[in-house]
Amino acid sequence: MSPEVVTELPRHLLSIGDLNHDQALLILDTAEELAKISDAPIKKLPTLRGRTIVNLFYEDSTRTRISFEAAAKRLSADVINFSAKGSSVSKGESLKDTALTLQAMGADAVVLRHPESGAANRLAGWTNGVVINAGDGTHEHPTQALLDAFTIRRHLGSVGSDLNGKHIAIVGDVLHSRVARSNVLLLNLLGAKITLVAPPTLIPVGVESWPVDVSYAIDEVLPEVDAVMMLRVQSERMQNSFFPSTREYSRLFGLNLDRMNLLQKGALILHPGPMNRGLEISAECADGVQSVILEQVANGVSVRMAVLYLLLGGNIGVGS
Amino acid sequence: MSTYLIKDVELVNGEKVDIGIADGVIAEISSKPSKSYENILDGSGCVALPGLVDLHTHLREPGREDAETVLTGTRAAARGGYTAVFAMANTDPVADTAGVVEQVVRLGKEAGWCEVFAVGAVTKDLAGESMAELGAMAHSAAQVRVFSDDGKCVSDSQMMRRALEYVRQFDGVVAQHAQDPKLTVNAQMNEGTVSARLGLRGWPAVAEEGIIARDVLLASHVKSRLHICHVSTAGSVDIIRWAKSRGIDVTAEVTPHHLLLSDELVESYDPKFKVNPPLRSHEDIAALRMGLADGTIDIVATDHAPHPAEDKECEWAGAANGMIGLETALSVVQKTMVDTGLLNWSQVADRMSITPAKIGRAKGQGIALAVGAPANICIYDPSKSKVVVAEEQISKSKNTPFVGIDLPGQVRHVFFQGKPTMISTEMVAR
Repeated sequence: MSPEVVTELPRHLLSIGDLNHDQALLILDTAEELAKISDAPIKKLPTLRGRTIVNLFYEDSTRTRISFEAAAKRLSADVINFSAKGSSVSKGESLKDTALTLQAMGADAVVLRHPESGAANRLAGWTNGVVINAGDGTHEHPTQALLDAFTIRRHLGSVGSDLNGKHIAIVGDVLHSRVARSNVLLLNLLGAKITLVAPPTLIPVGVESWPVDVSYAIDEVLPEVDAVMMLRVQSERMQNSFFPSTREYSRLFGLNLDRMNLLQKGALILHPGPMNRGLEISAECADGVQSVILEQVANGVSVRMAVLYLLLGGNIGVGS
Repeated sequence: MSTYLIKDVELVNGEKVDIGIADGVIAEISSKPSKSYENILDGSGCVALPGLVDLHTHLREPGREDAETVLTGTRAAARGGYTAVFAMANTDPVADTAGVVEQVVRLGKEAGWCEVFAVGAVTKDLAGESMAELGAMAHSAAQVRVFSDDGKCVSDSQMMRRALEYVRQFDGVVAQHAQDPKLTVNAQMNEGTVSARLGLRGWPAVAEEGIIARDVLLASHVKSRLHICHVSTAGSVDIIRWAKSRGIDVTAEVTPHHLLLSDELVESYDPKFKVNPPLRSHEDIAALRMGLADGTIDIVATDHAPHPAEDKECEWAGAANGMIGLETALSVVQKTMVDTGLLNWSQVADRMSITPAKIGRAKGQGIALAVGAPANICIYDPSKSKVVVAEEQISKSKNTPFVGIDLPGQVRHVFFQGKPTMISTEMVAR
């Protein structure tokens, strides 16, 4: 066992920016270990027995909630699902009061999904428990980035290694995407080269401070990359004139059969889901041999197990 | 009325004198006072400034007495060295009628901590659709001279033109909250590298600069007086500098928080840093300081904006905009402008008392200390320093962004119309 495995994670997982290179690798390597459980006939470890994890969801996100719930249950934790309608923005109990209530009930960890950026940071200031950001507004979605990196590494790298030298394109609504923000931080941390592809209206002002290249021409980028990550495009962006029509968006930035043929053999296609088939990604691409979209879903459980396990003080040595 | 002698105090020109106060006026300024006084106060180590005048204060009454009242807000003002404040119009009900502005002024008189001037709304209910009865407010007992929809921009070009023209008949001024509403829908913070990282919707500098550019041109066209509230960007400073060079009758204010704090503080997602216009970049801060130093920006105004704790103890987007600032303004100006060599005390008196009174037509306020002048005086000790503690603010709300910052200076004595409101850093019961 090497000494790096005692690398400690920060108290909470609010942003990928809170992690260093070794901590990110520790999560990915731990997830590899825990993935074996998912393949075993009895998919359960006793590690978090007696611990309570609250899934506090202010936004509907069935897939993320179920993924965290499965992860927690495979570690034998007690799971409480708390679906709060609206936020304090739209009246009702304040996030702070909810935090204090959950703490009084003895929650060891809160997994928070919230429509406002920074909500997880605020929650962490009000509770003694561990806070895991499961998506806050247009800020970050750290476990999504971790499962994306995990998925990419499974195909293009190996356990214990990072993504040094790999080139990843992130295509779509970067401006409003928490997935993109977390992925930029994590892929950069792991040594990958990143190219963002989107119409200029969907690239944030200030992007020049990010460790990325920006392109408006997807056809020039696709032949160069080892993986392409398509982001979900919300059709309501059209009403605000971020682009003229979904058809034009699809023509200029959608991944279709012709564009898939521009990819190198072995290059991966990712999508965080849920997909708008026919808008940012065509059915042939989503279901084709280069797509790893369903693997992302499966890997999500392993990565979230690793995060819960490491943050809640599990102590199996990785690789032992 | 009791008489007072403030001993061994420095005037803004550095001269060391005693200042005698009797019958509401300055009785003498002399190194050897000839009269006798009932109370002797120590002014050693202090600079004597004319009582400060804040052109931009939210007193919240009527409507949000849970955040601040005229009484608590003016008391906080007195503690900060102010002898006059202009109460902004965005109360509930809005100060868009003679009745409301007269109420606010009357409450100020009853409180007695400093003089309260009412700002009248430009448009009814701040809705931007029809002009409020500006003449009625101007000719009321409140004698309103400053009109503002602050909190909202008078964004309609024709409405702004008409308001600028109309207030000229009673020597009024329109104080514009410059914010293009379409460019700032649901905007949360300065648009730039920090907003890109934090995923908070951007409030771009151009949304302020575009309105200021339009308004100085409108003011030029109709030959009216325009005041720009809380200038926050380097580009705005450039536009105002250009306008002044063309002889356009425009004045501008900057807040203490925009002189000191940058948008990087938003990384905490702590809404105590949420304000409108938002905290900007270091480049903007540098340009604002230079603008205030060279006179492009005429005055410092606090935009004192009290909010109860529950309006800040929430997620960023749900939190209210605004910061309190009356009690810390002079210290922040010392830190950012005096200790950096950009302003001397004479210029501080100009930018925090004399010129704001002139812009607001505040008779009896903002008068340089002289024998016979009303005794509105702030005696300030620049040698002290103190770390700001939220709970120690006497404003009803505690939403100061300066918590934990070591600020220089301390107000020692304050006189309002010849009566002390603060003696030896203690508030004097009214």
